[in-house]
Amino acid sequence: MSKELEQVSILGGQKLYWGEFLIKSLLAGCALISIITTVVIITILAKESFSFFDHVPFTDFILGTSWIPLFEPSSYGVLPLLWGTLTITFGAALIAIPIGLATAIFLSEYASPKMRSIVKPLLELLAGIPTVVYGYFALTFVTPVLKTIFPEIQVFNALSGSIVVGIMVLPMIATLSDNALRAVPDSLRQSAYALGATSYEVSTKIVVPAGLSGVIASFLLAISRAIGETMAVTLAAGATPNMSLTFLESIQTMTAYIVQVSMGDTPAGGIAYQTLFAVAALLFVITLILNIISQWVLKRYQETYDA
Amino acid sequence: MNTATETNSSEAANKHLVRLEARHRKARLFSLFCATVTWMGATLLFVLLYQVCVQGYQWLDLQFLTSFPSRFPYKAGIKSALVGTLWLISMVAFISIPIGVATALYLEEFAKKGLISRVIELNIANLAGVPSIVYGIIGLAIFVRGMGLERSLLSGALTMSLLILPVIIIASREAIKTVPMSTRHAAFALGATRWQTAWAHVLPASFSGILTGVILALSRAIGETAPLIMIGGLTYVAFLPEGPMDAFTVLPIQIFNWVSRPQQEFHELAAGAIIVLLGVLLLMNATAIYIRYKAEKK
Repeated sequence: MSKELEQVSILGGQKLYWGEFLIKSLLAGCALISIITTVVIITILAKESFSFFDHVPFTDFILGTSWIPLFEPSSYGVLPLLWGTLTITFGAALIAIPIGLATAIFLSEYASPKMRSIVKPLLELLAGIPTVVYGYFALTFVTPVLKTIFPEIQVFNALSGSIVVGIMVLPMIATLSDNALRAVPDSLRQSAYALGATSYEVSTKIVVPAGLSGVIASFLLAISRAIGETMAVTLAAGATPNMSLTFLESIQTMTAYIVQVSMGDTPAGGIAYQTLFAVAALLFVITLILNIISQWVLKRYQETYDA
Repeated sequence: MNTATETNSSEAANKHLVRLEARHRKARLFSLFCATVTWMGATLLFVLLYQVCVQGYQWLDLQFLTSFPSRFPYKAGIKSALVGTLWLISMVAFISIPIGVATALYLEEFAKKGLISRVIELNIANLAGVPSIVYGIIGLAIFVRGMGLERSLLSGALTMSLLILPVIIIASREAIKTVPMSTRHAAFALGATRWQTAWAHVLPASFSGILTGVILALSRAIGETAPLIMIGGLTYVAFLPEGPMDAFTVLPIQIFNWVSRPQQEFHELAAGAIIVLLGVLLLMNATAIYIRYKAEKK
């Protein structure tokens, strides 16, 4: 009798074991999808880029200063596109970094809990607005306003692109930096105040340096996001690859080029189709490096305090 | 001699007071600066919404919602874009939620904390940082061309699912992490297996957190434009999709199309479509906030 019961229980246990194993494998398979995605991204970008570099030497691509991929005589120097991307990113960083950091300091050092509970959701809403809406905003609001200041500005220009991308990444810097600053233990602030420091001194000499790893990481992530930004810059900054120094002319970023080509019906396998992958590979590498550095900064330079 | 020291020290005290005054003035100015800048940023949201509403509200009517796009602004509407967005987002939810939650469950409840789970973790963090347009290119190469799915809803949904998977995974893991260990220990002590524990105890306990993360991820997918342009979400679609293999357009692409035309009327139409898009997003976000609020009250 008891032996029978044991038998049943063991059999049940075996069934349970196999069921458990099956489910675990199924879940692990789902987790594998993320690895496969990465492998696929890298393989495809590499494969198509290499066949592009069969036609165009790598040095011509990376050092060339003329980007005329769709017309004869064609030329495949990516520097103008890179320049366009860097222009937008530089302008956006110039706007978003000071404002974002000041917002973070305000939120963590000055704002009352009630004020925080108003400002934080507003920032989250700003972060949740689709990028194509920022493109619309650039074209119908920012550029007309800029035109009253700089009458010679073009309809498509780098400046309005920079401004809206700056607005777009601002919430990211503000929220992430705020988190970093709030993680700084209060005892540090209290010690400084007890020594007679003012709130300005506490903020700039104690709190920001103590939370610097998180703050820098937020800058890097925002820059990486600005580099990958597509719709707003396509709509605002236009499609003229050039290496202009002024912010008032139309330029073209790497992302805007990819959109421009894919809007037309590019036949697969042609060289225009392959340029997409070469440009995307460059974009992927740049953003990946920035993301890795920001993770590294976060880990390596994190100040740890005893609570 | 004595008086000289006194004047000296009172001079020093004076100097100190003046410096102290200056330091405090600096601090006041700084706090004012930070507050002003913060409110400037927040005001931008209202400027943006104001601009959209002023330009778009007069186009918002039933005809706008129930007409196909047209080259005549007064006849144009967002019927196909709205229906396309609903199709796409349902398919994305259907594909990405099970895979994302399963991955999170595996990493939190099953995987040994070792090299493999660290690699997967790092990999997901990096995938979350890949620009959306790169996903578009991959979608174009794999789903549209490689698998021959053409420029269909299915291609779009698969591409979009890849894009938001990292977001769903990260959010679900955070939610699962908040379930106290004692819950698991109690289940294990009663002889439950890992899966029984995960399914009957961990998932229900973290349900509201996961749901919030999923809704936010899906609302990101609703607003994304670039990847769908890459895989060819058509810009002129005068029919409704009837199945996953049909061509489609979505709201952001319709907006992009209208904004990139030079005529003022089309910009106003775009503003109208933006109001609808933001309305949908607001509804989803409000739902997420409500769920969170309900869960916190419990």
